[in-house]
Amino acid sequence: MSKIHVTTKVNGDDVEFLCEPRETVLDVLRDHLNLTGAKEGCGTGDCGACSITVDGRLVCSCLMLGAEAEGKEIATVEGIATGETLHPLQKKFIEYAALQCGICTPGILIAAKNLLEREPDPTEEQVRYWLAGNLCRCTGYDKIIRAVMDTAADMREAS
Amino acid sequence: MALDKTETGESYEGRTSYTHVGTRVDRPDGLDKVTGRAKFGADASAPGMLHGAIVRSPHAHARIVKIDTSKAEALAGVKAVVTRDDFATGLTGEEWNVLENVMAGDTALYDGHALCAIAATSALIARDAVKLVEVEYEILPHVTDVDKAMEPDAPIIRAGQQSKLVPEGMHPNVVNYYQGGHGDMAAGFAEADLIIERHFTTEAAHQGYIEPHAALATLGADGKGDLWCCTQGHFIVQKTCAALVGIDTSQLRVTASEIGGGFGGKTTVFLEPVALALSRKANRPVKMVMSRSEILRATGPTSSASMDIKIGMTKDGRITAGKGVFRLQGGAFPDAPAGMAAECSFAPYNLSAVSIEGYEVMANRPKQAAYRAPGSPMAAFAVESVVDELCKSLDLDPIETRLKNASREGTKAAYGPTWDRIGLVECLEAAQAHPHMKAPLRESEGRGVAAGFWFNHGGETSVSLALSEDGTAQISVGTPDIGGSRASMALMAAEVLGIEYENIRVTVADTATLGYNDVSHGSRVTYASGLATINAAKDAVAKLCDRAAQKWGIDPDAVVWEDGCAKPAGPNAGQFDPMPLKEITRRMGRTGGPISGHYEATPEGAGVSFGVHIVDAHVDRETGKTSVDRYTVIQDAGKAIHPTYVEGQFQGGAAQGIGWALNEEYVYGEDGRLQNTVFLDYRIPVASDLPMIDTVIVEVPNPGHPFGVRGVGETGICPPLAAIANAVSGAVGIRMTSLPMSPPKILKALKAQSDG
Amino acid sequence: MKFHQPASFADASAIAAGASGVTRFLAGGTDVLVQLRADLVTPDDLIDVKKIDGVSDITQNADGSWTIGVAVTGAEMSEHAGLSKDWPGLVEAMDLIGSTQVQGRATLVGNLCNGSPAADSVPAQIAAGMSVTVMGPNGERKIAVADIPTGPGRTVLEKGDVVTAIHVPACGANAGDAYLRFIPRTEMDIAVVGCAVNLRLDGDVITEARVVLGAVAPTVVLVEDAAAAILGTTLDDAALDGLATAAQAACNPINDKRGTIEFRVDVAGVLAKRAAKIAYARAKGEAV
Repeated sequence: MSKIHVTTKVNGDDVEFLCEPRETVLDVLRDHLNLTGAKEGCGTGDCGACSITVDGRLVCSCLMLGAEAEGKEIATVEGIATGETLHPLQKKFIEYAALQCGICTPGILIAAKNLLEREPDPTEEQVRYWLAGNLCRCTGYDKIIRAVMDTAADMREAS
Repeated sequence: MALDKTETGESYEGRTSYTHVGTRVDRPDGLDKVTGRAKFGADASAPGMLHGAIVRSPHAHARIVKIDTSKAEALAGVKAVVTRDDFATGLTGEEWNVLENVMAGDTALYDGHALCAIAATSALIARDAVKLVEVEYEILPHVTDVDKAMEPDAPIIRAGQQSKLVPEGMHPNVVNYYQGGHGDMAAGFAEADLIIERHFTTEAAHQGYIEPHAALATLGADGKGDLWCCTQGHFIVQKTCAALVGIDTSQLRVTASEIGGGFGGKTTVFLEPVALALSRKANRPVKMVMSRSEILRATGPTSSASMDIKIGMTKDGRITAGKGVFRLQGGAFPDAPAGMAAECSFAPYNLSAVSIEGYEVMANRPKQAAYRAPGSPMAAFAVESVVDELCKSLDLDPIETRLKNASREGTKAAYGPTWDRIGLVECLEAAQAHPHMKAPLRESEGRGVAAGFWFNHGGETSVSLALSEDGTAQISVGTPDIGGSRASMALMAAEVLGIEYENIRVTVADTATLGYNDVSHGSRVTYASGLATINAAKDAVAKLCDRAAQKWGIDPDAVVWEDGCAKPAGPNAGQFDPMPLKEITRRMGRTGGPISGHYEATPEGAGVSFGVHIVDAHVDRETGKTSVDRYTVIQDAGKAIHPTYVEGQFQGGAAQGIGWALNEEYVYGEDGRLQNTVFLDYRIPVASDLPMIDTVIVEVPNPGHPFGVRGVGETGICPPLAAIANAVSGAVGIRMTSLPMSPPKILKALKAQSDG
Repeated sequence: MKFHQPASFADASAIAAGASGVTRFLAGGTDVLVQLRADLVTPDDLIDVKKIDGVSDITQNADGSWTIGVAVTGAEMSEHAGLSKDWPGLVEAMDLIGSTQVQGRATLVGNLCNGSPAADSVPAQIAAGMSVTVMGPNGERKIAVADIPTGPGRTVLEKGDVVTAIHVPACGANAGDAYLRFIPRTEMDIAVVGCAVNLRLDGDVITEARVVLGAVAPTVVLVEDAAAAILGTTLDDAALDGLATAAQAACNPINDKRGTIEFRVDVAGVLAKRAAKIAYARAKGEAV
């Protein structure tokens, strides 16, 4: 087996790595780049715990090969805050207890942030359907949906 | 309020107000979890680490004739292989059962049963090596259905496991029998104006935690080991792994990672002993992580159940007799929670005649594990459905009828004890008064109500509290945080110490650092670790008062602790200014040494928690699809230390119950293989499936906890199954007695209804 | 596994033609990577088509027809106002596949070539009369989408064949298409039954119709009897009943973990009616 050399950008930083052809972006993030925020929950694209954005597009990192990251801009949960300033979504999630065990939280934050960038005024139904690919087993989604919608309202007011 | 500083204790103190308890503070692990910094089971690594993978049986029942690992071992990068021969011999009881499940001996007992493991220099190589292992099997007949497993011609899973309690003549797969109740059943049924008898079945459901099992193990030939894993109970992991790999318990140090969900399924071991055994053989750390299909095939779902309920009621709604028989299969091992199912089944009812029986059965399925109130949800599904049907047939209000028959303080439960102070009536009254009951219903939409119950648990608990010189506190608990308990411990400690919540850091200590702690299960953590935290804090407070007394030159009994300060007990004790905690700790090194508090105990006063749910569900008559449109959870928490986290437990339990009621099930083929091994076809609720879940926290204090805490984590999953069945019955007039109530089953029932 | 990123379809075809062992193409990867991770299919050669010019383009041609590149994702289709207006049924069918994350990668051609009888976009592709251009060892050819699937997991494509573009006809006037599927949850499930209907009207009368069912047979089924039942009608109740009966008769489903034979047959009739009504309303220019 010979490895593939990839140059890419992760959370704004230039990054280079070697990966096996069969390794996914999720494998690379976790095992080679020490970014363990994205999680493997299912390996089939059903749970969204591995969610990232690639050139601003929300995807499952377990469904993309490391080799495909060449020349792309990848964003993970580790890049959502700016230094010590949390994103409004992150602050709201803590305040509303929109997490219990927290395993789904990185994926949900990435997905919700992407939604609010595309649709600043989503309805409850739109939020629920947008997040249908992010499984949460602890919360029943109630506090998560409230946190996303109230953050959207706060962000609209602030702008 | 002045605290009696010398008395640690386990009974309710009757406080009328709190400063910290009951506030909605930010959880201490919040920042880590929203930034991706929090370290879960699979997030650790070690220098020189290998990756482990497991070879699993594709047969439901087969003798393992030969395992040939030669090709796997020849693959470059493979460093170690283990089979059952690499584990301890001579184990008995539950330790033997766990080992038999962790790695098969001479027989594969279910599809997915582990029989060999490989460690290699990368996860890909380990996976490739697994494919190279050649196993010769002799296929045996299998059985996966609980009732079929009890029939005379059923294949025997394992002979010689049957307890003496099992009635004469039953199949060897029936391994235990439970019986309880009181009163004259014949007389009770004779009094009834209407008797309804129904048969119910529920299928196995998986806890569905999003985080796979993961472990990083290091074990040396010297018998010393370190283990990092996601678990609900690292002390039991320590004890069990040590036994399985044949080392002293104290030589294994286990650290619990943050845990990505457990719900009971992470109260035992699967990968951990294997990772340790591989590590010892390879002399390198070994990391193992399960795939989702491994989780569904080979960890512990809850039991499937077959149940018969018979209840008699008078026309004015009094239940005269109740009988329940519960048959549960626990996989190829004993301990299906049949006894607990039986005990929970009629808990909400004050009955003069009640009979409960439970049968524990073995089948060719994975070893069941606890899943949020094990046994109780299935039993509640059955009993609450029959009570609903009686109410509908007699044209009685379902809540009023439950109030009429409700268990109260002094009621004798079917399983023996007499209830102390309980909150069922308060929950029923809150349901009755809730605006949800008056909301209009649309066409083909129905409203269902159901009650549920869980015992809650005490368990061995050790807590240690250390004060820092700057007046802040560190608490070490031994119960992994599965619901926000670190915040609740800090709130309770803050209440006792009189310092700010933010000045307390709670850590889940490793097994080397603290005395034994039972698992985070049975909804016990806020109760038992909380009680222990309160008492450890009081222990520290007593010592703080001693130091003040010393400084003031008065008797320690003359010092009280109030608002975070030592104060003279009264004007007779002397005129001294209050001495705040941080003034005492600043000088503690010179006044007698560091100040800590401890508490170790097995508290007995866990309070039971009753809940009542209301659900509106709509059924599409043409397709059988059910949508849950409105949901309200009402449950007794005793005292909500952190109300937001209590709400979260209510909502999470309800969501799991909704999934179990509508779509979740284990589907076995004719060949005994599990057909739905990934989240695509093991269908847990997604965000668009659920409405907002409203909650009402009822607080009827538990007499056995200083602040009145009752466990809340489990009861929430007990009412939904029947509540939804009752709503469907209200919506379209069909009584669903088999779970899940999937669309094909509902459509079939609707067609039968219009034909019949 | 060898990973290739050819710069042209000719190169892609040549690599595939010359490969021995298991070969797969990679567009969005939402099927291939799942199969890879599960060790169900480990390709010896994986050929990524995303470095080829034009694969991400959606182009409307002069005659009103559309050419869609093979790497165009479901999300990009949904975001394309023109395509969504002309072919709402096709776009909504593709949009139903998986989650938002899956939509960010999944493609029409991947969904087609994976060959699942329950593929959501395929009934809509066939109802719309779509075709694909295929480059093979012997040159290029055009194949109707309806002729691509041959059985569960199998297509008519041969070694060395690679799809180079997907073609959608011009929708023309007074036309509307719709796709509905039955799943037990609200999202994230494979279709238990799928139905696509494409209609053209003259006034209130249906003059052209295509009715296609998915997940009820080894391949997607174009149900000519169902179309015949509604041709020349105004989709009144009698026509709808005839449509449902014909749809049910065309089913040849299995019992599996997603549904029973009886259930699939019943629901095929229900969905045919519901999808036809939506397509009809769209053909009349009504907001649906």
